Amino acid sequence: MTGALIDLFGWSYALASFVLWLVSLPIALVNWVAMQTGAASPGPLAGLIGWVTGPGLTGFVAVIVAVNILLLWATLLHLLTVMWIERKMYSRLQDRRGIMIGLGSSDILRRTLGPIPLLGRPFRKPSHLGTGFLQTVADGVKLFQKEVITPTNADRWMFHAAPVIIASSTLFLFVAIPWSDGFWLMGSMRDGVPVNPWGILVILGAFSVAPLGILIAGWASNNKYTLLGGMRAAAQLMSYEIPLLLSIIALVVLAGTLDPFQLVRNQSQPLTFGLGPLGRIQVPFLPNWYIFNPVLWIAFVVLFVTVIAEAERIPFDIPEAEAELVEGWTTEYSGMRFGLVFGFKWLRAIAGAALIAILFFGGWSGPVFMTVWTPNLAAPGTQYPIPILPQEFWFTVKIYVIFIVFVWIGWSVPRIRIDQILNLGWKTLIPLSILSILLATLARGFRWF
Amino acid sequence: MAEMWINMGPQHPMTHGLWNLRIKVDGETIVDAEPEIGYLHRGYEKIMEVREFQKNVVLTDRLCYVSSITWSHCYCLACEAVMDLDVPERAKYLRVVTNELQRIASHLMWLAAFGPDLGLLTALLWALRERELFLDLIQLISGARMNQNYPRIGGVRNDAPPDFEKYCRKVIVHFRKKLAEHEMVFEQSKLFQVRTVGVGRISKEAAIDWGVTGPNLRACGAAIDLRKLDPYDAYPQLEFAPAVEHGGDSYARYKVRVEEMKTSCDIILQALKKMPAGPYRVKPPRRCEGEGFRRTEDSRGEALFYVIGDGDDRPYRVKIRSPVFSSIAAAPIMMRGSKVADVVAIMGSIDVCVGEMDK
Amino acid sequence: MAVEGQIIARLKERFGEGTFRSMGIVRDRVVKIAIERKDLFAVCQFLKEQLGMEHITSITAVDWRDRFESVYHLTSWKRNAMVQINARIPHDDPHIDSVVPLWNGANFHEREAYDLMGIVYDGHPNLVRILLPKDFEFFPLRKDFPQEVDRQYVSRRKIGGA
Repeated sequence: MTGALIDLFGWSYALASFVLWLVSLPIALVNWVAMQTGAASPGPLAGLIGWVTGPGLTGFVAVIVAVNILLLWATLLHLLTVMWIERKMYSRLQDRRGIMIGLGSSDILRRTLGPIPLLGRPFRKPSHLGTGFLQTVADGVKLFQKEVITPTNADRWMFHAAPVIIASSTLFLFVAIPWSDGFWLMGSMRDGVPVNPWGILVILGAFSVAPLGILIAGWASNNKYTLLGGMRAAAQLMSYEIPLLLSIIALVVLAGTLDPFQLVRNQSQPLTFGLGPLGRIQVPFLPNWYIFNPVLWIAFVVLFVTVIAEAERIPFDIPEAEAELVEGWTTEYSGMRFGLVFGFKWLRAIAGAALIAILFFGGWSGPVFMTVWTPNLAAPGTQYPIPILPQEFWFTVKIYVIFIVFVWIGWSVPRIRIDQILNLGWKTLIPLSILSILLATLARGFRWF
Repeated sequence: MAEMWINMGPQHPMTHGLWNLRIKVDGETIVDAEPEIGYLHRGYEKIMEVREFQKNVVLTDRLCYVSSITWSHCYCLACEAVMDLDVPERAKYLRVVTNELQRIASHLMWLAAFGPDLGLLTALLWALRERELFLDLIQLISGARMNQNYPRIGGVRNDAPPDFEKYCRKVIVHFRKKLAEHEMVFEQSKLFQVRTVGVGRISKEAAIDWGVTGPNLRACGAAIDLRKLDPYDAYPQLEFAPAVEHGGDSYARYKVRVEEMKTSCDIILQALKKMPAGPYRVKPPRRCEGEGFRRTEDSRGEALFYVIGDGDDRPYRVKIRSPVFSSIAAAPIMMRGSKVADVVAIMGSIDVCVGEMDK
Repeated sequence: MAVEGQIIARLKERFGEGTFRSMGIVRDRVVKIAIERKDLFAVCQFLKEQLGMEHITSITAVDWRDRFESVYHLTSWKRNAMVQINARIPHDDPHIDSVVPLWNGANFHEREAYDLMGIVYDGHPNLVRILLPKDFEFFPLRKDFPQEVDRQYVSRRKIGGA
């Protein structure tokens, strides 16, 4: 298994100590001036300096720094890239190129960097024929500068609270999901490895908070249509929570743990099948991903469909179907408030894809690649390993591949009606997921697979 | 929950034109519906009384702007019925060819609107991509992609360019292959079946009673196609079979239109092969007296023009009968008992063009 | 006998010659009859039930300055024939029976004829304006409603200096 690149708590702690050291410099200066003018050493402000640079405050600031790093990781990297992937991919499905504003569209860069012979080629192409990555940034800037309107008769506190609920619960999802062996926020170190005994449960709980926010948003907007949209969305999301949970329980029964770190560690081993009384058989070249386990195939299908429904993508996007309800429950939101709600729908899809990756595709485990050993400045004399293709990279690749499958499905099929969605959830997916729990229990009991 | 009236429109992204549909809902089920039209009323019948006969073709083009040649053609046939004019053979075949090209373009526009109604946004771009080819053909023969002002009383405005048959054949061969892809995207998706089969059902008797004609009627099992029953122009000499489906629901209406596109391709190729050489236009008289009417199979159903002349060089009265006008009247029948989410599927499958409905 | 001859014969047999101001064959399979407004419902009912005219194609209102005419185009899909009925209505009393009880398709067509020409169809379930706004006061298609070429275009300069 390849190694982790980002050691979140270590780096946050280092950054926090650095920042607090900078903060303590002027205090030390004042202290030195005070000592020069007659106070005895170590000086009147020595205690304050000690508190500022001490482990308590540093630990607190480290957590704040870690959360902010995670926030930037989620939005700047994942959200923008995923929006770009979706727009380019569905455009290609529709036989067109899609968004094309890139760095080469900016006039300044074209005039300065264009004339450079070899490296300036990207800046000499037609200006609207770039990669398109900056388009999503431009859309975000556009939303920032729009007027934020609150409808007159809207329930003001609820109206403002709804995006906050949705955004905070989704960010909590991002906090609860570990992104590699070093990049995690929820868990503890035990015997040198991170553990989080109830991790999957926390993730599922965070998933379930958003329907509340959606219902509040639909109700508080004082609009017949958003009320309809909000109620449909709440009905859909709540009824799809059950197959989500049940299919994950099937996998948890087989794996025996709710700990995402343990699940990924299980899947980093080579592929082994238990054949009951005949012993175990190992397949050398494949990892022990749960997707290769036939007992869990039904659970995988149910989980995949349910995550698409939870992320409100086509074919399950009737709550915000433009065809009937304009924008559904988000109609009355404008400006960045709308951007918040809209963007966090994508983040929920990413979190769903991350969940599928952890559960079935081995999470952040990747094949072993070369590692570069560099001197470890924190403990002189030892070496710090830097993996060439770190765990975060493999996890991101898996998330994006799963997301591409979401986009592919979403833009090739029509959407289904709300009562058909609920029929599917209650009458098809729940029995299937119960069946998969049964299969998993049998397999675990008889030590098969 | 009590019954309440919901307005879908007039400002609505998916009603394909400017009209209002008021539906009375009881929870999610539709109890009654009431279409409110007239937002696009332009006073056509009054204006046509002060324009000369030929100049009205510019107006009739813009009745249904998606399918303009078929409307002007119907008006020219009505005027020829009043003036007792015989059109040369070549003109008849040219009219048939351009009518069928326009019919395919109109049906492709319908397909491009029907897909996004159901959530299949890819269909919009695919159908419009094929429609571009047909608009290019129409531009080749008549000079414009839309509102072409091509039919004339007494024939057509100009002859087809020299290699027209070759280009038509190329486009049609390519289109048949692509149409198979479009059908696959729609029909192999079980979600599409679930959304349209059994939705918006109307029986044959109710459809005839309410005046529904065209593809909407052929979807109920009635083999009524005016190109066969009351043929005009060169249709008596062409062999084709109207597309009929039994079901009366949105799926049947979709299927009928797709089959009609294939039939139109055959008709075009047949007509181009059989087209004789000769004049493409005769000069009509300037004044005429009397009354006459003519009906054609427009892309959406039975279009009828009733023209009365009183000896002046302008008509005394022109009456425009639009097929969508009657289909909309039957829409409440199709919608009773369905869910709110089905309204868009039903309205999309009826193929509403507000321009001809409101005149 | 061809279908148009059959239709004329049966109409004459049922109603007698006096009911019709004129009867004729327009072209292949199309018959045209002209009647007074009092006979409209009976003739239409006979045509629908006995002669199988299941479909009403359109209802037109015409303003001949001394009279109105309500023109009906009926179609029989089964027999593949059309009948055009010109029903004469006096100009000062524009009322005529509605045929909505026979064909539901006449509903919208009669509303349009009322809306644009002002002919009142007695017995129509919901005779309100359909194309024009509900509070519009005039009947535009009448010949005494000015045409665009009759109305004088007054430029803004002529209206009070503004």
